[in-house]
Amino acid sequence: MVTLSEKILGAPAGTYIDRKVDRAFSHDGTGIQAKIVYDRMGSPRLANPSSVYIIYDHLSPANNSQTAELQAELRQFSRHEHVHFFDIGSGICHQVMSEGHVLPGEIVIGADSHSCTLGAFGAFATGVGASDMAGIWVSGETWLRVPDTTGFILSGDLQKGVEWKDLALSYIARLGMDGATYQALEFTGESTGTIPMEGRLTLCNMAVEAGAKTGLFYADKVTARYLGRYNLSADEQSPDDPGYVREEFLDLDDLEPVCAVPHRVDTIQSAGCLAGTPIDQVFIGTCTNGRYEDLARAAAILKGKQVRVRTIVVPASMQDYLKATKTGILADLIQAGCVVGPPGCGPCLGAHMGVLGEGEVALSTANRNFKNRMGIGASYYLCSPTTAAASAIRGEITDPREVV
Amino acid sequence: MTSLNGRGHAVCIGADIDTDLVIAGRYLRTKDRKVWADHVFEDLDPGLAPRLKGAVLVAGKNMGCGSSREQAAVALREAGVLVVIAPTFARIFFRNCINIGLPVMECELRGCRDGMTITYDCTDGWVELEGRRFSSRPLSPRMEDILASGGLDEYWKGRLSR
Ligand code: SF4
Repeated sequence: MVTLSEKILGAPAGTYIDRKVDRAFSHDGTGIQAKIVYDRMGSPRLANPSSVYIIYDHLSPANNSQTAELQAELRQFSRHEHVHFFDIGSGICHQVMSEGHVLPGEIVIGADSHSCTLGAFGAFATGVGASDMAGIWVSGETWLRVPDTTGFILSGDLQKGVEWKDLALSYIARLGMDGATYQALEFTGESTGTIPMEGRLTLCNMAVEAGAKTGLFYADKVTARYLGRYNLSADEQSPDDPGYVREEFLDLDDLEPVCAVPHRVDTIQSAGCLAGTPIDQVFIGTCTNGRYEDLARAAAILKGKQVRVRTIVVPASMQDYLKATKTGILADLIQAGCVVGPPGCGPCLGAHMGVLGEGEVALSTANRNFKNRMGIGASYYLCSPTTAAASAIRGEITDPREVV
Repeated sequence: MTSLNGRGHAVCIGADIDTDLVIAGRYLRTKDRKVWADHVFEDLDPGLAPRLKGAVLVAGKNMGCGSSREQAAVALREAGVLVVIAPTFARIFFRNCINIGLPVMECELRGCRDGMTITYDCTDGWVELEGRRFSSRPLSPRMEDILASGGLDEYWKGRLSR
């Protein structure tokens, strides 16, 4: 009767514990704030530099001189302290960490809310703010409350035109924006073995949108094969009759392409119902859906066609970018009229590279559609890369099953 | 040092207030805390900021959801908020408040309206509103220590220099 979180953290739900942190990562935005707190602590040194990662993604490359100065300060600190440093163009922190830096069973803390993404490896991965990160830098550990767990039991197979993102949006809608606050989510059931790592990362990425501390998959052959590409071996994990506070059953056969409508991530409508809604911009990218496989699905639809609205594509990482270059799908996207940005968060946080104007409507593959986030007075819908690409061709929201 | 009890006027905001609404992404890249206080809640209601000095911020459920930006908690404290009270908090925001020395209390204040006087005591876990007393979920001893130190920076500074 132990959940995966309880197993990894080694204590029953509800207990407050102190634990050593295996990986502690920050980005350009939270990293500099952590450094400011760290300096105030008057700390002489990092407890465990080899566990510390700093990855530039949020405003990358810098959008103005103020940002550039803060980034210069953190860059110098990173080099001086000999932490793992990934400069502009490396990719989004969660994606970079997923490329061979996280192992099953580890405790992974990121100074970003979507750090739960890395639970896809069967690690306990969660987000904190800048001060917590500074505390980890100086002590190597942090305090946690072992969470209760809601279990999602998955069965069946996705139908054509339906993606992991549609499953993600659908489970968030079922839980609501705070349906799993303070809890962990576990994904189990007969279908999990068919979900590739990219899908698991998408599903765990969105756990925080239901308030969850993390989302977890048990490490299995899929995990081991993926980590094998990075010459890492992984111990498999298996459910031990976990005691869930809530169980939700989802049959993948029942899912359809959906969009989260402005401005709530937990309010979805089928793409079919929304079909015909005019849009001004499409954005394909982010830590939810900027991976190679996402870009490839979009390219499969866009190849040989032309987009009718401005479409911005931002690969999640340099590895995704390179692969998309090598396989030629990036050329397909560019030929279709897409604008390609350097790996990173792109316009996701509304600070650069595709900010929306007042009254504009966008379709985005990101994970949250908070009011004003991508541009003041704009509204945007969240969807899968397939729905985004199909809609880009028509210039309006489109059920991708009409196109694929 | 942070005061764990006090009295102030209520400023009520809604449920599911995300940290983008507390402080927008466009103001994050600075070391100047005043910038955050000046622009706090700008996208929610620009009339809110001037009323926050000495205020008890009363929010609905899921307060502080979304981004991990600690600037949201700092903005509220710099603007003069004494304590944030909500039935539930998004966990990162909750931790951030404690870590920067802004008291938070999990408590549902039924019938609270703007301007009402609220008395609170974080350590004992109660809130008083117009003669009615509500109890709040207790903080862990560690959280109380961090809060009492004035935040995680002071907390670690104290421990590291020992
Ligand atoms: S891509 Fe968007 S959601 Fe993901 S880390 Fe970057 S800003 Fe946050």
